[in-house]
Amino acid sequence: MQALYAQLLVGLINGSFYALLSLGLAVIFGMLNIINFAHGALYMMGAFVAYFLLNLGGINYWWALLLAPIIVGIFGMILERTMLQWLTGLDHLYGLLLTFGIALIVQGVFQNYFGSSGLPYAIPDQLRGGMNLGFMFLPVYRGWVVVFSLVVCLATWFLIEKTQLGAYLRAATENPTLVRAFGINVPRMITLTYGLGVGLAALAGVLSAPINQVRPLMGADLIIVVFAVVVIGGMGSIMGSIITGFALGVIEGLTKYFYPEASNTVVFVLMVLVLLVKPTGLTGRAA
Amino acid sequence: MKHSISAMLLGTALALGAAGGAVAQDKNIKIGVLTDNSGLYADLGGPGSTVAAQMAIEDSGLAAKGWKLDLISADHQNKPDIGSTIARQWIDVEKVDIFMDVLNSGVALAVNNIVKEKNSILIDTGAATSDLTNAQCSPNTIHWVYDTYMLANSTGQALVKAGGDTWYFLTADYAFGHALERDTAAVVVKSGGKVIGNVRHPLNTADFSSFLLQAQASKAKIIGMANAGGDTTNTIKQAAEFGIVSGGQKLAGLLLFITDVHALGLKVAQGLNFTETFYWDLNDGTRAFSKRFSERMKNKAMPSMVQAGVYSGLLHYFKALEAMGGNPHDGAKVVAKMKEMPTDDALFGKGTIRADGRKLHPAYLFEVKKPEESKGPWDYYKLVGTTPGEQAFRPLSESACPLVKK
Repeated sequence: MQALYAQLLVGLINGSFYALLSLGLAVIFGMLNIINFAHGALYMMGAFVAYFLLNLGGINYWWALLLAPIIVGIFGMILERTMLQWLTGLDHLYGLLLTFGIALIVQGVFQNYFGSSGLPYAIPDQLRGGMNLGFMFLPVYRGWVVVFSLVVCLATWFLIEKTQLGAYLRAATENPTLVRAFGINVPRMITLTYGLGVGLAALAGVLSAPINQVRPLMGADLIIVVFAVVVIGGMGSIMGSIITGFALGVIEGLTKYFYPEASNTVVFVLMVLVLLVKPTGLTGRAA
Repeated sequence: MKHSISAMLLGTALALGAAGGAVAQDKNIKIGVLTDNSGLYADLGGPGSTVAAQMAIEDSGLAAKGWKLDLISADHQNKPDIGSTIARQWIDVEKVDIFMDVLNSGVALAVNNIVKEKNSILIDTGAATSDLTNAQCSPNTIHWVYDTYMLANSTGQALVKAGGDTWYFLTADYAFGHALERDTAAVVVKSGGKVIGNVRHPLNTADFSSFLLQAQASKAKIIGMANAGGDTTNTIKQAAEFGIVSGGQKLAGLLLFITDVHALGLKVAQGLNFTETFYWDLNDGTRAFSKRFSERMKNKAMPSMVQAGVYSGLLHYFKALEAMGGNPHDGAKVVAKMKEMPTDDALFGKGTIRADGRKLHPAYLFEVKKPEESKGPWDYYKLVGTTPGEQAFRPLSESACPLVKK
């Protein structure tokens, strides 16, 4: 039973990453109608930026949490301005292919210079060590990841669903022409939204840097699972992707305990089941 | 008159052919480096293996003697089906004579079969499974650098002797992990230890916390990591987080490469014991080669034992072909010649190739230095012990290889 609690908690930790990443994807898909395959590469860039900040600029983890999402977010906005914006109104497939290509190029460039084994990034001193919860030894850093990403997820949800700005955003997706008629700069809002989604990916990258190696392929390995999470949660649904992210982390954690061999396929099995029963995803509305 | 001259020429040619002089005049060689060029093993083999092959071609001096050497490389993506397709295409269409590197045991076993069926050559420097020279041995394959039996024998025995008598295995769930776990468990039991459990994780896992918790709960003194590359570095890094080593359990890296230690950093990796057959800083010969190698690498990396093996294996292959006076394009024949000749190069020293295809050379037990002991980048290992080649690998008396006459 003790082992079970431990696995549940560990699942929640992984779920935090799924939630942060799928949230960014959901925001981008919901507002821009783009299936952002470059998300994994941008997540990886977040981790690399944190690494560079520390090793080249001596800027610590806490600043990286703020700066890396901004830097990568700006990179994302440049992508949106120079390339993605021309795809508005075209089939989803074009956006998917373009972002997939961008992801391959970014990963290729990083791999060319940094190899595949990756670079070490130490846990910040304030978050070292761990506490004994009775049923398991919880590293402080992992606890921090869960709490921090939960806060970020809820804040993002609040921003989009409950504020004036969020209302503009949602309206701009629904009917851009009308919103423009009210004097709101729709293209700029779309660029900022893409920047926000990308920033969330970069933030997840910084969070994961001390746990995993900072590797060029860290995003490529994760992104497929995250897409499955988004599909299960319902494309474009903000709360749906947050809840599904955490839930699937837990289910995967339990699989690692009961039948470890299936742990990297269980998410896809669930995806198939959900698609069979409810093709719009658990919280998705029919298009 | 004309007819009789050509008939005479024909007769002479036939006579020469029968004497064995004229057949083996083909001096074309095509080398294929089949490896993981982009995934979790790309640093320990990958593009570095191609660099090593290129260096072997240059250092052999064959081109100056009228030989024509070609080198191609491909990415098998750690998938046996992709590896097999490339292997068939290389043999049938590209006319590749010899396969180098072929890391990943799953891919290696698949390519091993194709190479045997098509009478080509495989010098495997990257895969670990000892099955390549045991049940799956082939007259066309040489296993050059290391294998799971040797790793188990050297590291496993040393750790049990040092008091680590209960083991829990964290195993990569494919041919390599299974072989390494099986061979190590056998050594542990033989040396008086006990295996109390195992957990198998999928290849290329990012998060090991679930598996580490299970290993922690087992209370085993030693957690044997029967995985490699990125999987091992992530395990080690995350084990530190979960307080496994500070809780009194010891991690055993059954297969670690210098590129892994570099990726981990000495702070995390210090104190680990493991076995390799090559280290760049062993002697003048290894240092000279490694310096040249690292200058050619984009990230200035030192060679791993897999990459060093590509260089050493190719040089021996070239020597055999030179001794034969040409390339007969007959895999089994060339491999037989290679087994006949003793091996000798600057990287692995003097050695031999056994009937089962096992290349013998010493195995070194290393310990990773503490950060303050290291003089600079890549200065990572302390030599703890050396096992001579004849004792390091599986003895022929235990072999299930049909090529071994008993």
